[in-house]
Amino acid sequence: MKLVFGEGSCGIAAGARKVRAAVEKLNTEGAVEIGITGCIGMCYLEPIVDVYDGGTLVKRLVKVQEKDAERIYKAVAAATSAALPELADLEISADDKEFLEKQTRIALRHCGLIDPEDIAAYEAVDGYKAIRKVLAMTPEQVIEEIKVSGLAGRGGAGFPTWFKWNAARNAKGEQKYLICNADEGDPGAFMDRAVIESDPHSLIEGMLIAAYAIGATKAFVYVRAEYPLAIVRLEKALAAAKKAGLLGENILGSGFSCDIRIKAGAGAFVCGEETALIESLEGNRGMPRLKPPFPAEKGYTQAPSNINNVETFANVAWIILNGGAAFAAMGTETSKGTKVFALTGKIKRGGLVEIPMGLTLRDVIFGIGGGIRDGGTFKAVQMGGPSGGCIPEHLLDTKIDYKALGATGAIMGSGGMVVMDSHTCMVNMARFFLDFTAKESCGKCVHCRIGTKRMHEILTRITEGKGKEGDVELLQDLCNGIKAGALCGLGQTAPNPVLTTIRYFRDEYDAHIREARCPAHECAALKKYSIDPAKCKGCTMCAKKCPVGAITGTVKQPHAIDQSKCIKCGQCVATCKFGAVAIG
Amino acid sequence: MCDCCEKSDLSKLTPVFEAFAGDDHALISILQKAQEIYGYLPVDVLYAIAEKTGNSPAKVMGVATFYTQFRLKPVGKNLILLCKGTACHVNGADSIEKALVEELGVGDGETTDDGIFSIKTVACLGCCSLSPVMMINEDTYGSLTPAKAKEIVRKIREASK
Ligand SMILES: Cc1cc2nc3c(=O)[nH]c(=O)nc-3n(C[C@H](O)[C@H](O)[C@H](O)COP(=O)(O)O)c2cc1C
Ligand code: SF4
Ligand code: SF4
Ligand code: SF4
Ligand code: FES
Ligand code: FES
Repeated sequence: MKLVFGEGSCGIAAGARKVRAAVEKLNTEGAVEIGITGCIGMCYLEPIVDVYDGGTLVKRLVKVQEKDAERIYKAVAAATSAALPELADLEISADDKEFLEKQTRIALRHCGLIDPEDIAAYEAVDGYKAIRKVLAMTPEQVIEEIKVSGLAGRGGAGFPTWFKWNAARNAKGEQKYLICNADEGDPGAFMDRAVIESDPHSLIEGMLIAAYAIGATKAFVYVRAEYPLAIVRLEKALAAAKKAGLLGENILGSGFSCDIRIKAGAGAFVCGEETALIESLEGNRGMPRLKPPFPAEKGYTQAPSNINNVETFANVAWIILNGGAAFAAMGTETSKGTKVFALTGKIKRGGLVEIPMGLTLRDVIFGIGGGIRDGGTFKAVQMGGPSGGCIPEHLLDTKIDYKALGATGAIMGSGGMVVMDSHTCMVNMARFFLDFTAKESCGKCVHCRIGTKRMHEILTRITEGKGKEGDVELLQDLCNGIKAGALCGLGQTAPNPVLTTIRYFRDEYDAHIREARCPAHECAALKKYSIDPAKCKGCTMCAKKCPVGAITGTVKQPHAIDQSKCIKCGQCVATCKFGAVAIG
Repeated sequence: MCDCCEKSDLSKLTPVFEAFAGDDHALISILQKAQEIYGYLPVDVLYAIAEKTGNSPAKVMGVATFYTQFRLKPVGKNLILLCKGTACHVNGADSIEKALVEELGVGDGETTDDGIFSIKTVACLGCCSLSPVMMINEDTYGSLTPAKAKEIVRKIREASK
């Protein structure tokens, strides 16, 4: 029997390595085989340990703790059959199994199933078969297959992949470059990290196919600095591929050569934008360039270059092996294939979800994600991060499709799906994103640099109860100005979080501005603390804790808060053992 | 250069320059290596890099200040990266930040007087489903509560004494 530990960043953070170390300590005689895998995608159940008998998964153990290690080891070491009744309490429930069963996995096809650090494991699941097939095709045939598949860029914009490849192929230039965008800047998204950590060879294979199709011999993967494990695993995978003759000079004796190098980003959201990324690759400040010329003509060092996202590449080998038509058979008229989402926020089951395009938001959030956790009520889902928007409850039946999502004012984006419940203030959400874009603006355009700052100031004052009549209109004005005056996508889309929250949650803006009230009770400055005399036992604890002496009362008598003194620090709520302090 | 500037052991940069010799686009990679060596980017190191790579000091400084990864001041023994990305925001990252500030007496971009901790807020650590999240050195801590965050730094402080 074999124990396989889910060791993506999430699993490790949840404690997978500690559990594995504990099992390894017991396994001195090697009675149990031990292995690792990447992200299974059920982050909410990590750490996950899978029990394999031969090649078959017989038991999936979830939320495993260090203290369970001995029990698991003993049961598995002594097991004669796969029943393992002693571990029944750790086994995944039928309900939770649905999380995976309802998905269709293509980009994530190997995630959580194979050892990401072992090239043989990838080859055993048809790995590097697609590149062999491609080397016997013409580049035009490869591009045609991708065209048939309808694959569109998964980095956010959804531009047809074949078109970009074709443009780079036809561009004039001796040296052409291929670039993988693994900057994954949307804060709240981790699909690309999971793919690299869990299945790095599928990225390499996808990139090799693309390089062959466009005629590039040098390639880069630009990985965000915050992903150290992804960089380590990719380095290992590149070394193994090179050793196997799949990378470098004269690949598999075909005459085709291609090298892939890793470049670590240094922390700048704007470097996810393709021309800024190229500037950064060249060692400069990551300031976007004016387009056209597009990278296909003048990219890295002014040579023809093609940039794709990690998930885009992760689909390529599958398309080559299964045919473009099989990919195009999934999805909708305007959006083909599957899409990976990182489902997070106030969701019951958070993790990685890959589904065919055309399912609804409700299918994903409630069907797969299990709805809102802690008995809360759904308020909105944020898609597309700082470039996207918040979609409200009444649009939950919107289909996941580039066009349909675009019509809501949000975007498909790269796959971040942050779910919010009634405790999330939408004005504060808009303020949060503008804080982000104002800090990340590269500063090249006045509208973006100063406009986002002004918007952030206005939103901040609204959340502090100092909003003025007309602020919403002023925001809308600024939004239009920035959209029109910004050079790159960062500025052009920065107003989206503001525009969508105004469109769907205008009442929340009005409550802040007109009544100095935050309906979600989130904005600290607008909170009102009061003591319920019926519940207060007069224990005096809160009065002792209050940093400004706002609470008065006699022992064993109900206490009261002097609103004019209260600085809304929340200490009294945290202190009261009787739940007597209410937040209004 | 004036006397008030730091004096770093510049010989440590030699292998870095060798590794990137002939690569005209390696400025960011060189700065990253230099920061690994010195813990931050001292001014004399920036000058040395400018000279060796044939860039103007202004360009090197421009790059070093553009990217959030680069630091121009030393950091504490333990670097706390507190996530304030969207998922962490929704799940209460602000209250974690408040707890850390209470516990350590310093905030974003600052270092405690005893040099044991520095705090830096970041946009996303990629472990969003465990939000709110922070990373201390190489270790990621998820599903934080204010009390849990305080306890974690207390333990590290004890161990660092
Ligand atoms: C501000 C900004 C940030 C972006 N961040 C990313 C990113 O993190 N990852 C990504 O793949 N694309 C990002 N993009 C999109 C890229 O510019 C580019 O369109 C994409 O990498 C192309 O790959 P695709 O066609 O495979 O999607 C960003 C765009 C903008 C304007
Ligand atoms: S829109 Fe903003 S981020 Fe983009 S180039 Fe202009 S200033 Fe820079
Ligand atoms: S919120 Fe803070 S300042 Fe206000 S009454 Fe409670 S403890 Fe005092
Ligand atoms: S801590 Fe609670 S019970 Fe005690 S005096 Fe304050 S409000 Fe009343
Ligand atoms: S298990 Fe790795 S993404 Fe969560
Ligand atoms: S938003 Fe905090 S880890 Fe992603």
